[in-house]
Amino acid sequence: MTEVNRVDTPVTDTQGAKDQPLQGPSRQFQRVNEIIAEHGTAEAALIPILQAVQEEYRYLPEEILTYIATVMDLSPATVFGVATFYAQFSLDPKGKYVIKVCDGTACHVRGSMPVYDAIRKRVGLAEKAVKTTEDMQYTVETVSCLGACGLAPVVMINDKVYGQMTPEAILTIIDTLEQREEDTDAAK
Amino acid sequence: MLQNKEQLLELARKHKEVNETPAATILVCAGTGCVAGGSLDVYEALVSAAAEHGLPVVVKLEDEVPHDDSVAVKKSGCHGFCEMGPLVRIEPEGILYTKVKVEDATEIMEALASKGVVERLLYRHPVTEEIYAKESEIPFYSRQQRVALANCGHIDPDSVEDYIANGGYEGLAVTLEKSSAEVCQEVLESGLRGRGGGGFPTGRKWELTRIAEGEKKYVVCNGDEGDPGAFMDRSMMEGDPHRVIEGMLIAGYAVGATEGYIYVRAEYPLAVQRLRRALVDAKAYGLLGENILGSGFNFTIKIKEGAGAFVCGEESALIASIEGKRGMPRPKPPFPAQKGLWGCPTLINNVETFANVPRIMVSGAEWFKNIGSATSSGTKTFAITGAVANTGLIEVPMGLTLREIVFDIGGGLRNNGTFKAVQIGGPSGGCLTSEHLDLPLDFDSLQKAGAMIGSGGLVVMDESTCMVEVARFFMNFTQNESCGKCVLCREGTKRMLEILERIVNGEGVEDDLQALKDIGQAVKDGSLCGLGKTAPNPVLTTMEYFWDEYVAHVRDQRCPAGACQSMKRYTIVADLCKGCSKCARVCPVGAISGKIKEPFVIDTEKCIKCGACKDACRFAAVEEVA
Repeated sequence: MTEVNRVDTPVTDTQGAKDQPLQGPSRQFQRVNEIIAEHGTAEAALIPILQAVQEEYRYLPEEILTYIATVMDLSPATVFGVATFYAQFSLDPKGKYVIKVCDGTACHVRGSMPVYDAIRKRVGLAEKAVKTTEDMQYTVETVSCLGACGLAPVVMINDKVYGQMTPEAILTIIDTLEQREEDTDAAK
Repeated sequence: MLQNKEQLLELARKHKEVNETPAATILVCAGTGCVAGGSLDVYEALVSAAAEHGLPVVVKLEDEVPHDDSVAVKKSGCHGFCEMGPLVRIEPEGILYTKVKVEDATEIMEALASKGVVERLLYRHPVTEEIYAKESEIPFYSRQQRVALANCGHIDPDSVEDYIANGGYEGLAVTLEKSSAEVCQEVLESGLRGRGGGGFPTGRKWELTRIAEGEKKYVVCNGDEGDPGAFMDRSMMEGDPHRVIEGMLIAGYAVGATEGYIYVRAEYPLAVQRLRRALVDAKAYGLLGENILGSGFNFTIKIKEGAGAFVCGEESALIASIEGKRGMPRPKPPFPAQKGLWGCPTLINNVETFANVPRIMVSGAEWFKNIGSATSSGTKTFAITGAVANTGLIEVPMGLTLREIVFDIGGGLRNNGTFKAVQIGGPSGGCLTSEHLDLPLDFDSLQKAGAMIGSGGLVVMDESTCMVEVARFFMNFTQNESCGKCVLCREGTKRMLEILERIVNGEGVEDDLQALKDIGQAVKDGSLCGLGKTAPNPVLTTMEYFWDEYVAHVRDQRCPAGACQSMKRYTIVADLCKGCSKCARVCPVGAISGKIKEPFVIDTEKCIKCGACKDACRFAAVEEVA
């Protein structure tokens, strides 16, 4: 099965609060409440709160946005407005591996698009608008610049940066990831 | 806790001695570029290799005092020469090893023990083949003059003592002995202009904020480096975070602010981590907080992580973002100096601007003014990337020519390519061609050529780059990043992008060119902020300098650079074709037909120009025609 963290299974639930399973809405919003308590309810805290929530769930679930709006005494439109304005925020669940292909000028000039196409083909993303694979393993997207232009073209998988990529090299990296995945599965 | 200037200088002296004690220091670059190349593994390998060789090693990441004759292995900030990474520097000799791998650690240690060098790891000039041992002699470095980047790659960014030992926080100490008006005056006289792109005189901005009335004032450091192709701010925040903090402290004192914000791009996690650490360390020494250096001046700094929006580089949009709103610009005046963050007078400067300030306070306005050109004093960092032999981060006096930067420092074009153009200043900038090679790079001469320094991204392009495609690429970027407030920017960039997409897809008509020009001018005139005002620049400058390329695309459906996929034609050379049918089998649309052992043919009507046949042919019989 996939390890994507949906609303009902936030990361901390699987780590810390396992012994005391919570039920219903209280379970859904417990972690959100903690995050809001940490940052306060001033409007300036909205972006840091959304960042923390996304860190937790890997995306911004719609019902949580409405909940945040109510707690912070903002209109849901304001919260949605901010969440959709910034590129960092995603309203759709993301895959286990988020592959970001840098398409900044330097990377573009040195051939980032063939690398991007190779990844999409490898993980089986055919339709143009679709960014995440059906099994929730991979999300493939482009970013405008990762600031590692000296190593162009650059690809970032979760938090690791891979430089001087070629369509062949990135396939080897994905193969290695999958091999590791199989090994851990086998170990289990 | 440091109580005064004397204690600061005493601490600097003490740590200088400590730093000079070890027989050798090995600095491993830990900038994003080199880390991606595996420099942290190299660091570990060097530490254990040193231990194996019985060289008493002190890993100087923490505040430890090394023993005599020991080798200290340290992490450092970005050296700038990212292309050659991971980089390892041996001090005090100044030897630079390039592309170091884990396996090389033992050899480096052996050479160090026998006072030799590992020749195969030294830098070799790609054209002249000359080998350079010392970093300072490599042409990439020898033509540079480093002020803002002085410490990057030379000190441990996680060590406040290292920074202090190299003269750090002395500028702050000098500042605190002057009146705030004198400090503003000093900065104004230095001729320092905003390094974020606008080039507004920094001293004047400071003075405006200083005289603005308000109980509370703020200083904001703009680290929202969004220009694709520029990474100097990231390197400074990662490699020398204390210099940025010191610059902000000086500014805070000068304008009468007590609180500061550093707005960092979300894509720069390492910079955030290093800045956080630096803030804690500075506070521990009493360089932040209350009664700094016993002067009665109070100042605190907070970090705000951006959430990914290019337009937030614009100061009023950045303020909105800190306040928790959508990052949209607002009309000016009132300027942030009068009404900024939460309605209070606010000073906003770029990372590099702040990084220049400490040295100005120590060495004086006169010293700074003597560097650079008449109207643009000081140095400027450039991120030089693209089709150039040496890519990386450089800092040169203002007014150096494009030729000196691309050919002397950049080492010319890679793979013996021919210089075609340089895109300067990111999506707001413009293209410069070979006729501009002798143009001095400073604020005013670039403005005249229709480009701008912007943040200093320099992307070099060779003859295989299609300028129409480049224009489409930038328009795609600005169209995506337009915040949508101004109609002309929101709709105009969209229409321009559609036209450009049509042209590169071979569906353009001649009237499109005039439409592009007209809409471009309208977007420039009808937009509120810098993003919209400059968005058409890449299109308009490429149209001015590469008009023929545009015409070839729309009139002949031909791409002179051979880059636009849709305009490629594939044919099979009958003499070379053995009739093996391999191409016909790989063709996804069944456009290739023929009889076995006879030349095959491509039906150009059906062909989707994917190039699969060309890749499959073992006899090189499939030819690509531009």
